[in-house]
Order: sequence, then C-alpha cells, then structure tokens
Amino acid sequence: MIGEIVDWFTSSANWQGADGVPTRVLQHLGYVLLALVLASVIAVPIGLYVGHTGRGGVLLVGSGNVIRALPTLGLVTFLFLLFTDSDVAAIIGLVVLAIPPILAGTYAGLQAVDRAVVDAAEGMGMRGGQRLWQIEVPIALPLVLGGVRNAVLQLVATAAVAAYVGLGGLGRYLLDGLAILDYGEVAAGAILTALLAIVLDIVLATIQRALVPRGVRLAEAGTKKEVEA
Amino acid sequence: MSFLDELGQYLGSANNREQIVDTLAEHCYLALLPLVLGIVLAIAIGWLGRAWPRARGVILVLANLVYTIPSLALFVVIPSLIGTKMLDSINVVVALTLYTAALLVRPVLDALDAVPPAVIASATAMGYRPARRFLTVELPLAVPVLAAGVRVASVSNISLVSVGALIGVGGLGVLFTDGFQREYFSPIVVGIVLTLLLALVVDLLLVLLRRLLTPWDRTPAPVKTEVAA
Repeated sequence: MIGEIVDWFTSSANWQGADGVPTRVLQHLGYVLLALVLASVIAVPIGLYVGHTGRGGVLLVGSGNVIRALPTLGLVTFLFLLFTDSDVAAIIGLVVLAIPPILAGTYAGLQAVDRAVVDAAEGMGMRGGQRLWQIEVPIALPLVLGGVRNAVLQLVATAAVAAYVGLGGLGRYLLDGLAILDYGEVAAGAILTALLAIVLDIVLATIQRALVPRGVRLAEAGTKKEVEA
Repeated sequence: MSFLDELGQYLGSANNREQIVDTLAEHCYLALLPLVLGIVLAIAIGWLGRAWPRARGVILVLANLVYTIPSLALFVVIPSLIGTKMLDSINVVVALTLYTAALLVRPVLDALDAVPPAVIASATAMGYRPARRFLTVELPLAVPVLAAGVRVASVSNISLVSVGALIGVGGLGVLFTDGFQREYFSPIVVGIVLTLLLALVVDLLLVLLRRLLTPWDRTPAPVKTEVAA
C-alpha cells in the first residue's frame, strides 16, 4: 500500500499535464475560492443586516439548518441534470453549501458583541453605519472568519464529491482511481485532498488570530490575568 | 412530460418503491449506528482527557484534524487502513463514527468541565467510586451541552451517508447515482426530500430524548425562585 503511494507520487507522469498534481491542486483551489467569494458576497451582507438589526434571526438559523442537512451528492447531481454542465452545477452547489456557515458565523459574531459597547458607541453619537463598521464588525471579525473556515472545509470536501458529475480537481484522482482499482492513485488523491483542507484551515486560522482587534486582544488578556489573580 | 407526471410514474412502480424503502432503511442504519458509536467513543475519550489532563491538547488537535479530512477522502482510504473490502458497509460506519467522535470530543470535555466541583465532591463524600460517579453523576449533568453537539452530528451524518454511494454503500445516496446515470430527476428529488425528512425526524427525537434524560431541567419555574430565595 505504502509502496503504491510512493510509486504514484514519485512517478513524473503524475506531475505533468492536465491530469498532473499542480494542475489538479490549482483547479481544486480555484473552485473553492470562486465559490467562497460568491458565497461571501451573498452571505456576509445578509448576516450583517440580520445581526445589526436583529430582524429575521430565527428564519436565518432555521434555513441554515435545513441547508446543512442537504446531501451534497444529491444537490450536485440534481443541479447537473438541471444545467447539464458540470462546472456550472458544481459551482452553484458549492455556493449553496458554503452560505450557511458564513451566514451563521457573521450573525453569531454580531450577536456576540457586548451590548454595553454598542450603547457606548451610540452614546458617543455614532450613527448606525458608523457603529456597524467601526465597532460591531471589527469585534465580530474573528467569529466571521470562523464561519469562513467552516465553509472552506465544506467546500474542499464538496468539490471532491462533485468530481462525480465530471468536475476537475483532486476528486478526479479519487474517482478515476476507484474506477480502475488503482489504489495508489486513490490514496494519493485522498492525501492531497486532506492536505489541501488542512493547509487552508491553518492559513485561515492564522489570519483569524491576526484579525482580532488589538483592543479586544488587550481586553481579553486583561480579564485572563484578573481570573488568574 | 411534467416533473409531477414523471414522479408519479416513478413512485407508481413497486420496484422503485421497494428500492426507496430499502435504501431509507440502510440510510438510517448507516447514519445512526455511527452516531451511537461516536457518542460512546467521544465519552470514553472525554473521560481520558479528564483523567489525564496532559493528553487534552493532543486529543483536541487530533479531533480537529480528523474533522478537517474531506468525507470522500476518508471514505476511500478506510478500506486499506482497516483491511476491509471496498463495498463493505463497515467502511462508512467507521468513517462516520470517526467524524461523530471528532465533533463531540470538545463538547464532551466542555460539558464535563462545567459540572460544579461541589457536586463531584458531594458524590465522592457519599461514597461514589470514580467510575460510578462518572456514569451516574457527571455524565447525566453533561447531557444538556452534549445534546447540542449530538444534534449537529446527527444532521451531518445523515447528509454525509449519501457520499458513500460513490464507494458503493450509500443508503439514499444510491438514488442520486441512479438518477444521475439514468438522467432521471425523480429518484434524486425523492432522495433529497427523504434525507431532509429523516434529519428532521431524528432531530425531533433527539430533542425529546434530551428532555427525557434531563428531568431536572423541566422543574417548574416557581420552585427555582424559591430555591434561589
């Protein structure tokens, strides 16, 4: 088994051309990023609106749960029969599945902002928009990014499943390898897909930590010290 | 022919109905057995984490890592990792058990941490030995926090089972591959609707189960105020 995997990775044929590792990794990454951008453009404004005004929270959480239960393979095959184009079907499916985690993260982030802070901003004469962009969004950013992280994991996994309807990317190795019972290729595909997910998650976790506003970080360090003392 | 006619024709065939019932039953088995096994595993790991605090960091990192692995990648490598055949339903059960346990380890630890030390001390003073104290005092008190995690895991399992159809064992997922190969909407739509309904029914049952397991949470409000006063 290990031998087959090593053979696969060391064979130069697997690193070149349309079916080579660099092409497949970039394809996979491309689908994930495109779907992430489209899903964020839809989900972040809705999450900000609902979180800021407090209107429609129940509806948002409820519909998010329904989409979470949606089987990815069912959604992708359904969209493929509808559009008869694997790229269009897969991207729409990916966007649909990435929206709930981003929406939930944005909404939860704004909900978690201390009311006293918002009241203080209002007392200082800040308007709704100023309050949202200068107070609520910076404090909510880590949780928003947490939603994005969940969405990216979901996207990497779903893009692999979407290889079933003909999408490129790393899922090709998994399904094409299975079809010809080449377990070296299957295992290599699995390793690459898992690695991509892990690397993206680590990158986002680092960005997430860096995005915590300095004031919030100082405040947290302060409370921790108090608790310890 | 309209979609409804097609659906009527599809559901009119006794063969198709039999397939739907069979795949639904298989879906329940493939989603719920791992849920139970995963809960047991997560509780065992949680107990380990409590008994041996130095292992906690490693446990949480591992859980996070397992949860990051894309579903299809995990499904295809399980057979070569545990030596089963590709079409064995054990593969899906093992993969989903791992996901469930990975998802629940953190809630289990958090829930056990939240048990008031005074309660544990009282139980010890009453002569409870550690194992009995864990099973009859700490664990029941952890149920409310744990229940929230179990609900997320159940929805996620029910939706993930269908990915197993790509390795030949997928409950309702077989309806998706079937519909895709025959370019036929009805099985796909029936599969999606049944998956959503199953997720909903199981979720309601879990809410009910949580109420049954935590009778103290249902204590009428006036009694609570008396105690507080």
